[in-house]
Amino acid sequence: MSLYAMQKFLFALNREAEVQRRYAEGGEVRAALLADYDLDDEEREAIDIGDIGKLYVLGCNGQLLMHFAPLLGIAWADYLEAMREGVRKYGPVRAGIYAMTTGTNEKVAGV
Amino acid sequence: MSLVFAGVCSHAPGITGRAHLAEPAVKDEFHAQFHRFGEAMRATKPDAVIVIAAEHFANFFMNNMPAYAIGMADSYEGPIEDPKWLGIEKTRVPGDAALSQRLIREVMQTVDVAYAEEWKFDHGIMVPLNFLTPRFDTKVIPVNINCQGPPLTPLHRAWAFGEALRRACDKAPERIALVGTGGISHWPATPDSGKVNAEWDAEFMRRWCANDREALLSQDNYNDEATYREAGQGGFEIRTFLSVAAAARGKGEIFHMKAIPIFAVTCTAAVMSVA
Repeated sequence: MSLYAMQKFLFALNREAEVQRRYAEGGEVRAALLADYDLDDEEREAIDIGDIGKLYVLGCNGQLLMHFAPLLGIAWADYLEAMREGVRKYGPVRAGIYAMTTGTNEKVAGV
Repeated sequence: MSLVFAGVCSHAPGITGRAHLAEPAVKDEFHAQFHRFGEAMRATKPDAVIVIAAEHFANFFMNNMPAYAIGMADSYEGPIEDPKWLGIEKTRVPGDAALSQRLIREVMQTVDVAYAEEWKFDHGIMVPLNFLTPRFDTKVIPVNINCQGPPLTPLHRAWAFGEALRRACDKAPERIALVGTGGISHWPATPDSGKVNAEWDAEFMRRWCANDREALLSQDNYNDEATYREAGQGGFEIRTFLSVAAAARGKGEIFHMKAIPIFAVTCTAAVMSVA
């Protein structure tokens, strides 16, 4: 697993307009962008399809991930739910310091 | 004495970005106290404000992560986040490269600090500035303590960093304000968002207000494992509060300390006398 590479991609995406443009263009342009990062197939697919839940379970730092969500047009409540859904589908967070401590049916902030 | 103000405050992006989702009376009370905090700072007529933030991968990543960094530019940009998401428009914030360099040189006498001539402000600085200097017209010296990517700097080093900043401020003729941002307990950007540990927060802030160095640096109380368990990954940001206490040497007064779950944090603003 290359959590470091996933997070480095998100770091670049959050900072750089050109990376955002290449990601948004999709297709071969996005594929070429992602090829620059040492990702395995599961990680590359999660980024490609914007699977917030999978990225969360794989251990991506929430401070990086929460900016990917608005870039994908995902509202705050839906971002939180996407992470809960990821844990339901893929199991507990596998790495990092952003593990979930509440239940998948809990909504601490009401959303 | 050139340190004219010291304080700490929350910086959660929800404070501005999700203000519309909070109960209006609760949000208004906190925002009023946050503005009062800013007025208290501005009343000291600072030439510059040092903002010690725990940034969130806006500038620094695990390929080259400094424990401590200070900005050294004449201007900065922010926020790095989507302005609609954060509720703060993109703007240019004045800096002071010459003042930064003097501060850095003095801090380096005792603490190895990185410097950065480029720095993009994230919510860790922009949310506090929204209340501290609403027109973004005061010079800012950005400071970062790595609270995101372990291994993290030990608490006693954050204290030593605060002492070094104080020494550097004392040698500068400018009037300087110092604000630490982040904490206290919270589990941000996770499905736990909104969870806090009110008892832990109250005890930490009691110790902070008393400037109880021994208790604040106690490994029994605040080793990283205990902080992560009791206060979440957001609790690591207490390092910024420790640096401010070390620099100010005074006693604290809390303006606001109440959880607002949709803001994902115990919303805090507190000043400390400069002794």
